[in-house]
Amino acid sequence: MKKIVAFPQMGNYYVPAEYLFSRILNCKIMSPKKITRNTIEMGTKNSPDFVCMPFKYTLGTMIECLDSGADIVMQFGGGCRYGYYSELQEQILKDLGYSFQYINLISAGKADVKKIYMEMKKVNPKLKIVQSLYYLLVARTMIKYMDNVDDYIRHNMGFEEKAGELAGLNKRMLKEFSGAKGLIHLTNIYIKYYKQIKKVKIVKNKNCLKVGIIGELYSVMEPFANYYLEKELASYNIDITRFTNVEYLLFQKKKQIKKYLKKAKNYIKYKMGADASDNIARTLLMCEEKYDGIIHIKSSFCTPEIGAMPIINKICNEYDIPVIFFSFDSNTSEVGIKTRLEAFHDMIEMRRNR
Amino acid sequence: MDKIKIGLPRSIFYYEHEYMWKCFFEKLGFEVITSHQTNQEIIRLGDKHSNDEMCLSMKIYLGHVSSLVNKCDYILVPRIDNYGLTKQTCTNFLSIYDLVKNLFNQKLLHYNIDYKKGETEKCAYFDIGKQLGKRKNEVKDAYDYALIKYYKEEKRRNIIALNKLNSKKLKILLVGHDYNTEDELIGTLIVDYLSKNNCEIIKSHEIPKEMTVNLYDKISKTLYWKQNRENVGSIVYCEDKIDGIILLSAFPCGSDSIVNELVIRRVKAPILNIVIDDLSSFSGFETRLESFLDIIKQKCKR
Repeated sequence: MKKIVAFPQMGNYYVPAEYLFSRILNCKIMSPKKITRNTIEMGTKNSPDFVCMPFKYTLGTMIECLDSGADIVMQFGGGCRYGYYSELQEQILKDLGYSFQYINLISAGKADVKKIYMEMKKVNPKLKIVQSLYYLLVARTMIKYMDNVDDYIRHNMGFEEKAGELAGLNKRMLKEFSGAKGLIHLTNIYIKYYKQIKKVKIVKNKNCLKVGIIGELYSVMEPFANYYLEKELASYNIDITRFTNVEYLLFQKKKQIKKYLKKAKNYIKYKMGADASDNIARTLLMCEEKYDGIIHIKSSFCTPEIGAMPIINKICNEYDIPVIFFSFDSNTSEVGIKTRLEAFHDMIEMRRNR
Repeated sequence: MDKIKIGLPRSIFYYEHEYMWKCFFEKLGFEVITSHQTNQEIIRLGDKHSNDEMCLSMKIYLGHVSSLVNKCDYILVPRIDNYGLTKQTCTNFLSIYDLVKNLFNQKLLHYNIDYKKGETEKCAYFDIGKQLGKRKNEVKDAYDYALIKYYKEEKRRNIIALNKLNSKKLKILLVGHDYNTEDELIGTLIVDYLSKNNCEIIKSHEIPKEMTVNLYDKISKTLYWKQNRENVGSIVYCEDKIDGIILLSAFPCGSDSIVNELVIRRVKAPILNIVIDDLSSFSGFETRLESFLDIIKQKCKR
């Protein structure tokens, strides 16, 4: 019997992950379920008191996956606190009485290639290096294409003639991506859909409102965690810019961070951990490009972002650009966020008409 | 001419580097001003300048800095990133210099410790000397002098702490960051209460670091925060010699939130987890400490 692999969900990125692991691991992949209120409740019940939100969300998903029969759980670590999630989550799940195998791909913010290879080899003894490298390349390209399309959609989602057309095309594209046979087939699919997406009629005023979203990576990228903030913004006909995506985090950050630090040298001198210094530089960038507003979102108790917030506030004061801070926890109410967002939208519109 | 005054905020970095800093600056001929012990006034100042979600220690630190503004020529605000690949410090330590620089209009003295990029502690002290306009050989003398003094003092403290482990009273290990356990408002209240009740308190940072730093992997394999490593190591070192453990952390400390949970799940000795947020009343903690002591005493009798 094949083993079943599960991993926590973040946005649409389960498509490349599923593609990669199903090809190289010779296992069945459990597609992550959509996060619901139940997931969050399960996660919160078993987590420490003041840990940040992604911990609770991912723990909840893992419990649900294990309940429906997964044998192997994967977690992707990262910088700040993310890197230490895995050990505690494993302990909590074991204390709950599940028996499973836990694989942590990135520990302490560093991806140890040899360690990952050994872990994979344990799961699938017939693993071939060349083959897995090829599929890694395909998955990486897929992430790049997905982020390209996402970026275009984000700028134009609020202005389509028939609502929902772009999102539908994106969904269809992701479905075909997961069946791609190789690199060339993948590129063909991408070109086909990119042309179609470009053809979608868009009624965009040149003077439309422009808003930038910055913040902590998980709550920015997982739509359920930020209560579909982007959709809500699009319904007000706002052009949205978002900088953080997986392509940036994995492949461009090393190059970009030096440029960002140089740009913001009047305010900061050093890296501030996770995405904090990036966000400060982006704020500066958006202020110089005269955006109408900046939205900063984070999960509560996210330490690096808390350090960055006073500085972001200061920059926005100096350039006279409105900024709003959202802090999400497991029991933030959706209505409260909608009201604040509506007020923010009214305010930036009024400023524009002045 | 008056001596140049250098302000040291009595929080976060202070308790670890206090002795070293004082010796270093006094040898170079500067006057050192330390901010007052933490009190309600300082917490009020910190609240005014800080963000509402910052951790208590950070708020206190900003309060100390704010109380020093305009009283001295420079304030020393270091940035300590890491002591090597797997000895990371808390994320607050990375942003503290930039934060203070943006919040206050005051000349700052700073250094950066980042072993990954080759910026060692020694380089850092030479950096300070350069900023203060001292010659290299002067700085070198002062650094060597301070280092020797620091080691002597450290040794003295360690011997006292290790002697405490042989005491016949009820022994309790107080685990927490040194800026919490030593703080006038956070740690001292608890220490005073316990010593009044005839207990011997050993603070986790008093136990020699060379002994504790490599013991962490008996509890947790992937731990990469330097201070938490030492704390966890001290638990492993003392586990059979003490009667109870108190975990003290400030709300909402990032690293403690995860590590303490793991410690509670993996260590078998009696543990009390105390999280301090706003320091208005102590009676709540008194009740908890009292019942904890009762439990330990009953366990000892059996």
